[in-house]
Amino acid sequence: MAQHRVIVVGGGLAGLAAAARIAEAGVPVDLFSLVPVKRSHSVCAQGGINACNEVARQQGYSEYEHFDETIYGGDFLADQHPVLEMANWAPRIIDLLDRMGVPFNRTSEGYRDLRLFGGSLFKRTHFSGATTGQQLIYALDEQVRRYESEGQITKYEFWEFLWPIIEDTAQGQRCVGIAAQDMRTMQIRAFRGDAVVMATGGCGLVFGKSTNSIICTGAAAARCFRAGVWYGNPEMIQVHPTAIPGADKLRLMSESARGEGGRVWVPRKKGDSRPPRDIPEAERYYFLEERYPAYGNIVPRDIATREIFSICVNDGLGVAGENQVYLDLTHKDPEYLTKKLGGILEIYEKFVGVDPRHEPMKIFPAVHYSMGGLWTSFTKGSYNPDAPRTKHKSGSRPPIVAEVGQGMQLGALNNAQTNVTGLYAFGEVNFGYHGANRLGANALLSCIFDGLFCGVSVVNYVRDGAPAKAPAGDLSSAGYDRVVAQEQQKVKRWVDSASAGAAEPRTNPYIIGKELGDEMTAACTVVRHQTRLAQCAGKLGELRERHDSAMLADGASWSNQAMGYARALGDMLVLAEAIAKGAMERKESRGAHYRTDFPDRDDANFMKTTLAKHQGGATTLEFIPIDASLILPTARTYGKKDDKPAAKPAMAGAGS
Amino acid sequence: MTHASHALPARPVAKPGRTVRFRIKRCDGPGKPVRWETFAVKPEAGANIISCLQQIAASPITVDGQKTTPVAWDSGCLEEVCGACTMVINGKTRQSCSCLIDEYAPNEGDEITLEPMSKFPVVRDLWVDRARLFDALKRVKAWVPIDGTYSLGAGPRESAEQSESRYVMSTCMSCGCCLEACPQYQIEENPEKWPTSFIGAHAMNQARLFNEHATGAVLKGARLDTLMGEGGVNDCGNAQNCVQVCPKHIPLTESIATIGRSVTIHAVARWFRG
Repeated sequence: MAQHRVIVVGGGLAGLAAAARIAEAGVPVDLFSLVPVKRSHSVCAQGGINACNEVARQQGYSEYEHFDETIYGGDFLADQHPVLEMANWAPRIIDLLDRMGVPFNRTSEGYRDLRLFGGSLFKRTHFSGATTGQQLIYALDEQVRRYESEGQITKYEFWEFLWPIIEDTAQGQRCVGIAAQDMRTMQIRAFRGDAVVMATGGCGLVFGKSTNSIICTGAAAARCFRAGVWYGNPEMIQVHPTAIPGADKLRLMSESARGEGGRVWVPRKKGDSRPPRDIPEAERYYFLEERYPAYGNIVPRDIATREIFSICVNDGLGVAGENQVYLDLTHKDPEYLTKKLGGILEIYEKFVGVDPRHEPMKIFPAVHYSMGGLWTSFTKGSYNPDAPRTKHKSGSRPPIVAEVGQGMQLGALNNAQTNVTGLYAFGEVNFGYHGANRLGANALLSCIFDGLFCGVSVVNYVRDGAPAKAPAGDLSSAGYDRVVAQEQQKVKRWVDSASAGAAEPRTNPYIIGKELGDEMTAACTVVRHQTRLAQCAGKLGELRERHDSAMLADGASWSNQAMGYARALGDMLVLAEAIAKGAMERKESRGAHYRTDFPDRDDANFMKTTLAKHQGGATTLEFIPIDASLILPTARTYGKKDDKPAAKPAMAGAGS
Repeated sequence: MTHASHALPARPVAKPGRTVRFRIKRCDGPGKPVRWETFAVKPEAGANIISCLQQIAASPITVDGQKTTPVAWDSGCLEEVCGACTMVINGKTRQSCSCLIDEYAPNEGDEITLEPMSKFPVVRDLWVDRARLFDALKRVKAWVPIDGTYSLGAGPRESAEQSESRYVMSTCMSCGCCLEACPQYQIEENPEKWPTSFIGAHAMNQARLFNEHATGAVLKGARLDTLMGEGGVNDCGNAQNCVQVCPKHIPLTESIATIGRSVTIHAVARWFRG
């Protein structure tokens, strides 16, 4: 019998954690990545990683409260058991990273330092300067390099995932490998795998400019979706409140700037043209602090984003009349700022040419993260109260202590598995955990948690599931050859269209891509409305048609990046349609999804997962029940002063 | 203290609506001839090299009206933290994402020259293959040899000072600037020769980073064995170019000196042990 192997697609935090865990269990791993794994988008994560810790615990915090905060922060859309398990595991993950040598910031006594972050009143965020994602991925990259040098992991870098290879069996669909392309030689090959882990991140590029890296097209997830894998909550796109506008991307200005005391404000007087330092305290409008006295500047991202948007677009109070507000750190000691936030302050200095230690930054919201992703299942753990509890009172005794297996059953074969047996989704591309809005510093956690916790499920599946009797290595080659031929045909279509120089705008892939980004940003970000979404659906149809007849300027059979982009654009258009459709059919407002025509949350009809399916070229949606058996939904106000739900910006001027 | 004393150096005021010329060294692939092509771009506000290359990709026509192919280049995060987009710009190695056009070409007709790094084989145009750089990290065992991913409690406690010192070393994004600028580091396309070719500043810095971690130090001897051999610290010519070009301001020469001292002690100890 052929030896079992597992394929991991994506070399960010989730993919690396999975690869290390699976290799450690003795199953060889083939790791695919568009870029050398050390350059994956996880490097951009700045602020930190959440976990209950001893200091917070002695102040009344607990893993249970972390769980409760995450559900409340996500506006009660996430299935609850997996979130409980993730929160319970968080302290173990921090310890492990610590053992791997991550240089976490330290207190004067040498313990791991902590900072405040959005959605919590306790310091429960561990950090490494303001480049925490970079430091965590380096630690995992190093461990994976160790397994690579021992021959347990084989890397395929600069290889692009093209299609999952799925065979129909009497027991249903089963994933048995992938087709991938070396983006240097352009060779397309099938790879056999007894299980495939998709750890391919988000889809920011669908919105054109975002805080994401250039590789975050969402194409890999879209290809799975097109091959029959279900997609959950596509409409849940996080717009981060604080980013630096730029010509090629919108650079993130971490929430940690506010966690460390940064204050958001605008001049009270419309059109006040004085330099910020000349505006006296009384004439500054600290609108988040005034409206949310308890949380102030660290309200969750969707709320901060809508308030900033509303201040600029509805009230016209943006700095210099433009869509921007101040993020001010100038009241803090510059040396303290360098120690805690050096990395992000340098980014601002480099790209804007102003030192934020002495001059307030100018920022505006930007597309940042996808809560939605491939739909996955799980096996509930041992904590199953008779009835869901009301919201946990901060500081009160938790109903349970953190133990492994209370939220999810460790090693159950279906944890983080998609509707296709043997095909798993880890990290940002997994729709679980974050509901309708992700709390800051929970993303790094969910990536590593998936890799470590659900990685065990992958190993068990390979040993006890379908591959136990029929390893992928023993299957007939017909199914593999068919997918390779299909992908070669796609490449041929593009290469055949090529002639040097620019295609006219109508058929130019780069122009189509730019129009896609502009349209999605205008219709599907901070504020959404039926009329505008219907218009967006029309535009997407037009772009799809143009993409069908698009032409390349490069027909090279070596390192053809133009072909790679044009091909991915077709997949991005499919994902864009699912996002817009979800936004249209979810007729309520919840978390990041805000509808001006349905401004209230509607639990009776929409406390449900949006499940998107793609068949025969068409996307259909349904709403399926969620697991809400642990916590009862409550109004999500974050203690807003007038106790009405957060800002309700109007449609006017949307599209900024 | 007045505010003015904190002002960063003023950037040139760029002329709006100007045209900037990009002179780009091109090559279709390994073994293919090199050619130069020049493109005219009207940079948007806040433009960098990346946004200009994107404009060229959408309309690849040279200043002579020649229709050509889009330029190939490597990029990722676009905020100088992934290291991918390193190239040689006006003769100097750096990341292209943080290279702002307003600063480099503020006037009408200003020209910017783009070349691939010369110490690595070209894949195509500005895109190079830096596999040797990552291979060097294996040579020095740049990792902490943990027992596994099971729950075993916290790692070793360390002072804030130690953590800060390791953090700076650990910000190395494997971009290759230090190697491009180094007179001792030469292009080597044959992987079989990598184990004996000069390893470079970045890898010595990584060796020091892990030698200074309580658990990482377990492999210190193995790392020093590698670095006292051919292609190790003795091949460093002390030109100190590396530290000048490091975009993360890592004290590379300090790391090399530390490794040099450790290698000496290690060699003497080995000699005494026989």
